[in-house]
Amino acid sequence: MRDAKSTRLIFGAGSVVLALALTTAIIALTGNDPIAAYFNIAQGAVGSPNVAANVVVSWVPLLLVVSGVLFTFTVGLWNIGIEGQITLGAIFATWAMRLLQDSAMAPGWIIAAAVAAGILGGVLWALLAGALKTFGGVNEIFGGLGLNFVATALNLWLIFGPWKRPGVASMSGTLPFAEKLWMPTLSQQSRLAPVPLGLALAAIAIAFMLLKGTYFGLRLKAVGKNPTSAYRLGIPTWQHMMLSFALCGAFAGIAGAVQVTSVYHRLIPSISSGYGYTGLMVAMLVNFSPAAAAPVALFFAALNVGAIQLPIVLKLDSSLAGVIQGFLVLFVLVGNGVRTRLLARRKGAL
Amino acid sequence: MNIELRGITKRFGAVLANDAISLAVPPAAIQGILGENGAGKSTLMKVFSGFIQPDSGQILFDGEPIHVASPADAIRLGIGMLHQDPLDFPPFQVIDDFLLGRPGGLIPDRKRALREFRDLSARFDFSLSPEARVASLTVGERQQLEILRLLWLGAKVLILDEPTTGISQAQKEKLFAALRKLAAGGMTVFFVSHKLEDVRALCGRAAVLRQGALVGEMDAPFDDGRLVRMMFGKEVPLAEKTRSSPGKKVLTVKTGAIDSLRLRVKDVNLEVRAGETIGIAGMEGSGQDLFLRACGGLVEPAGGQFCLDEDERPMNGSTYHDYMRSGVTYLPAARLEKGLVPGLSLSEHYALAEKPRGVFIDRAAAAIRSAERIATYNIKGRPDSAVESLSGGNQQRALLSLLPKEASLILVEHPTRGLDIESTIYIWGKLKERCASGTAILFISSDLDEILQYSDKVLVFFAGSVSPPIAAESLNVRRLGELIGGIGWETLKEADRA
Repeated sequence: MRDAKSTRLIFGAGSVVLALALTTAIIALTGNDPIAAYFNIAQGAVGSPNVAANVVVSWVPLLLVVSGVLFTFTVGLWNIGIEGQITLGAIFATWAMRLLQDSAMAPGWIIAAAVAAGILGGVLWALLAGALKTFGGVNEIFGGLGLNFVATALNLWLIFGPWKRPGVASMSGTLPFAEKLWMPTLSQQSRLAPVPLGLALAAIAIAFMLLKGTYFGLRLKAVGKNPTSAYRLGIPTWQHMMLSFALCGAFAGIAGAVQVTSVYHRLIPSISSGYGYTGLMVAMLVNFSPAAAAPVALFFAALNVGAIQLPIVLKLDSSLAGVIQGFLVLFVLVGNGVRTRLLARRKGAL
Repeated sequence: MNIELRGITKRFGAVLANDAISLAVPPAAIQGILGENGAGKSTLMKVFSGFIQPDSGQILFDGEPIHVASPADAIRLGIGMLHQDPLDFPPFQVIDDFLLGRPGGLIPDRKRALREFRDLSARFDFSLSPEARVASLTVGERQQLEILRLLWLGAKVLILDEPTTGISQAQKEKLFAALRKLAAGGMTVFFVSHKLEDVRALCGRAAVLRQGALVGEMDAPFDDGRLVRMMFGKEVPLAEKTRSSPGKKVLTVKTGAIDSLRLRVKDVNLEVRAGETIGIAGMEGSGQDLFLRACGGLVEPAGGQFCLDEDERPMNGSTYHDYMRSGVTYLPAARLEKGLVPGLSLSEHYALAEKPRGVFIDRAAAAIRSAERIATYNIKGRPDSAVESLSGGNQQRALLSLLPKEASLILVEHPTRGLDIESTIYIWGKLKERCASGTAILFISSDLDEILQYSDKVLVFFAGSVSPPIAAESLNVRRLGELIGGIGWETLKEADRA
């Protein structure tokens, strides 16, 4: 066992070094100074209280998404449809805001209603993918991918159709909500809103607690590792799959609602901002461990925010952050694969 | 060809799987390799056939050292290995599977292959259709296909790893006849088994492995007692045959019918009473597995009535979970695929099986309970051991230890398939303990001795037809073997009925 732990560490470190080396090579190939690029990313992520706050703002939806996909991964499902679930969460939240914005309700209650509606939207969209899988025999990857396209189309239709700005529809989204309906921030200048941060931290705490400490989490794990045996042990299998879809959809829905109420204050075409896919990457990178998810999600958020300055300062595209993230996940996964093969070979077939 | 294995040593971590094993085999011999599970038989044969490389030691053909670097190398050198689960391609047609692995040539010569396939089949009296799908064959037929393929590829040495597991009596006889013919033609056969009777019936000589070492060799005729002592270090007597006194009705099947793509089972009538053990015999694929699953709601019956308990509560259309709530449990033969969850520890399995109250897992209490069960069932493992790290016998014990305390009926597929004698006796001891406290057992097995030894009544399946329950005392291996093969059904008179 000790042996396995040390090789895991060596392979983990090796993967990170390889990812950095390749990224460095790519920056050098474009004729830029890698050190300067890394320094710039670090500056852009933690250089001032303002950018650090931006990192946290970006961390919130990512953390929500990761908390959600931990459930679906544990039960053995690839919830690619998470992007669509975020979008539907955002759409439902916008819908609730539009319905209630002119009512006499207190702003706090309107925002709360929007988050609740977001949860409803995310859960419905996730259950749709789950139902397609359970009752229609559609693989959740294909079902989710299809539903993502539908969600995007629905979103665009709303922005350019029924919910378009007065006058002319625009790619910049729907008309922003009144400032009193914005999720309250720490101060006038800051973008950092404590309530969404609290929700995100609660989400990962709930995921950790449910998955690590409860019989429910253990049952999800059993279904994920072997549904046939799990069924024979008396666990209702498809019900657990649906339940984890619903949980994941709920967290994705909150993420969508947060994007609307706290970040953009309106519905925009790319409202999910790729957080779904990034969340899947983070979950894979931490090997589905809830404890490691929070810091790694923070690191990914820092990379994303830090890279925003790159085009201005160094004429490098900000997608460099995605390159680093992609390499990291790829090498860690390859490293895991190689390590398992090596261990299997060493054990042989006794 | 003289074959010599000289000083073969192989270590896996802390385990010395083969400890300087030396064995010389003369030409045209059928060499038995005996030993219980984990004795090192498979490792030795995998070294011989190039699947794994030894840490030290040599293989010599007629005194010349050879180097077997891979299975492909092995077959080039004329060493063919038949694995316990035949390595074939279920979606393929028999002839394509046969052709595969033939070196050279971009376009396979199917016509020639077909001709040679037919010639070879005829020589060994195998009746395989070259057009059939491999997936539609029984384990025994897949073995036959694999043997033909290896011979066609030019095997001069044939290694068979536990080939009699999961095949019918008739197929076994056919297999043995083919092997004798091959040996008579000058081929060397290595026959790996833990079944003494098979080695006694087939082999001219036997080598016994225990804990990685070669503990002895013997030529036919064998002294069974000495072989058992060599295998286990002591003689293990079979448990006294016990008869139960049946209690209340547990399961009633009236004119039960089950449909599958290949088979229709119909007119099954059976009454299982508390404390009874009923064995189901039949060639693999005769419908007995479908029937057993239907008795637990894992297969939807096509007709008839499946009822539980004294009041004959109808269960048609119920799920396995409904059956479970009524005290029915199913023990599958594919332990890691359908019974246990690889990746979870023993202790986690107990936590899942117990359906405890509360939301949070009480790890401390779970560890104590696990330790108790591990001790009770004599499982070689710790509460945090992953189930896939256990040996087959210990996995079966783990499955048994997961059974609910209050089971009214246990359905078992091949209770001791692939297990050594000690584990077999242990498993049946535990099952019979359950019977004594009123649990009924319905099991299928391809081991006729097992059926006769442990059943009160026997049900025979033949191509979808089902016999009435027959009292086990009125049967012997020969009569049962004939019934399984479809012989003597017309004389199944009232006298045989239980």
